[in-house]
Amino acid sequence: MSLLQVNNLGVEFQTGDGPVFAVNGVSFALERGQTLGIVGESGSGKSQTVLAMMGLLAKNGRATGEALYHGQNLLAMKTAELNKIRGNRVAMIFQDPMTSLNPYLTVERQMTEVLQLHKGMSRRDAKKRAIELLDAVRIPEAARRIDMYPHEFSGGMRQRVMIAMALLTEPEVLVADEPTTALDVTVQAQILALLKELQRDFGTAIVMITHDLGVVAGLCEQVMVMYGGRVMEQGSADEIFYRPTHPYTIGLLGALPRLDHDTAELVSIPGNPPNMARLPKGCPFSERCSMADARCAAELPPLAPAGAILRACHRAPEHVMKQGEAIHG
Amino acid sequence: MWSYVFRRVLMTIPTILVVITVCYLMLHLTPGGPFDTERKVSEAVMANLQAKYHLDLPLWQQYLYYLKGLLQGDLGASFRYADWSVNELVAKALPVSLTIGGVSLLISVVIGVLLGTVAALRQNSAIDYLVMLIGNLGSAFPSFVIGPVLILVFALWLSWLPSGGWQDFELRYMVLPMALLTFINVSTIGRVMRGSLIEVMSSNFIRTARAKGLPTRTIVLRHAFKPALMPVVSVLGPLAISSITAAVVTESVFSLPGIGKLIVNGASNRDYTLVLGLVVLITVLAVLLNLLVDLAYALLDPKIRY
Repeated sequence: MSLLQVNNLGVEFQTGDGPVFAVNGVSFALERGQTLGIVGESGSGKSQTVLAMMGLLAKNGRATGEALYHGQNLLAMKTAELNKIRGNRVAMIFQDPMTSLNPYLTVERQMTEVLQLHKGMSRRDAKKRAIELLDAVRIPEAARRIDMYPHEFSGGMRQRVMIAMALLTEPEVLVADEPTTALDVTVQAQILALLKELQRDFGTAIVMITHDLGVVAGLCEQVMVMYGGRVMEQGSADEIFYRPTHPYTIGLLGALPRLDHDTAELVSIPGNPPNMARLPKGCPFSERCSMADARCAAELPPLAPAGAILRACHRAPEHVMKQGEAIHG
Repeated sequence: MWSYVFRRVLMTIPTILVVITVCYLMLHLTPGGPFDTERKVSEAVMANLQAKYHLDLPLWQQYLYYLKGLLQGDLGASFRYADWSVNELVAKALPVSLTIGGVSLLISVVIGVLLGTVAALRQNSAIDYLVMLIGNLGSAFPSFVIGPVLILVFALWLSWLPSGGWQDFELRYMVLPMALLTFINVSTIGRVMRGSLIEVMSSNFIRTARAKGLPTRTIVLRHAFKPALMPVVSVLGPLAISSITAAVVTESVFSLPGIGKLIVNGASNRDYTLVLGLVVLITVLAVLLNLLVDLAYALLDPKIRY
């Protein structure tokens, strides 16, 4: 049994303009100590996928499918049951450390309450443990700074606090929703190195959501590329990175600024992310895809095995790779 | 913190001085004087009266006389109630207004915060609609409409309570005016609390608290309540001040001997010292209330330090 097994997960929002399907048919399995990267542009459904798992969807949202943690379906649980798992065995770090910590409570209060709740520790013991974790994420003078409020920390330091807070209970799964997006580049690298190190020490499995392919390359064994609420390509990081066979993945990789090329121009995928309320009938990427034909616009490609990976594309992998090379070199 | 309080109190002096000056000039600009009556008074008596109250002096000298008295804590003699000083009149009327205003504000905070909280947590439920209804009624209908309706129902139809008047802080006479003020204040506080708690509950740090597995009770009481109270605190200042000015209406409706009634009488009698004295009093109260609100902010929000 996998540590975390997600089967055919879907997320649906009821809106004034009718239902919007933000996530469709997402499946993956995660083992202890592994890292899965979920990559995509804004609005691709990557955040909603994990929020659904954590029971944190907005009020008008509903999750379908299964998210099995040790065989227990998180999506079907009552809140009280889910509260024994989330924040305890499955913890989460959010994108914006500036707003994700409560500005009205000290770091000490926000950290100790987790241990008091899940581990039944006294506040004094919990504080000791919290200081240890702040030390582990390298917050200087942790014993003194723990009594401060979040606004007395810098952005990078706040994200360290978030990470320390998530690791207090030594969770088996850490869900990180764009943990470095709001931070400076140098701080980003520090946070990623920290996560890698902590994963090694604690054996935590990580679900890393990002739109930064550099983050994925450095951290993840498995990658899932999402677009328009659907999985485009899924497989080992090596396969996806070095032999991408989906036009969208190739586009994403082509958009990475490269220092080893002479061209100073930034490449981008033409067009905008789709309006989730009005997705095309066929492949969601077809409108922006340079290789799309009539079939792509009319018929949704299924996510199907192709060699070692899964891909959702009507065009043959060889064809896409050849064309991709012609475009991006 | 104390140096901040000291500076704030010092800063109120020019404010109060400007208010007094403007008010003083406005009173003296209005036609007529305190001793213009239908009955003819002999020239000699009039001259005596004018001299007694310094009304024969140029305006700027009268003004200085007034300020001098004020510095000594003396609001002067009432022009109309001959045997009374303004200080005595205020001392008799203020407790009435303060009791009714203060108690109803206190009750309103408790009820308003409670109702607003329940409404926010049970959005679109029956209690939510009730809070919204109270909020809309309380802001749509002025007190001089709600007041007489209360009198009609509880005094005239049901004969449970007296329709007005005052008897030495007897509860029966205070219930209806307090109910009126409470209703109006609850409508504001409930609405503000509901809106702010809904907003706080959808903020990122509440999502973090839910992700930590905290039960809803802890999330609301520990994480959401304090930030949600901030907008309530900021309306409390203006609300308390408007309770004082609203006293002008409520005290007329229920014929209460408070400062609202005094100010109405004073204005129609051109009782310069009485009106000015009450204006000074209300200004000082307003300034103090604003200071209290600012200090409450510092107490609630760790980001604010004075």
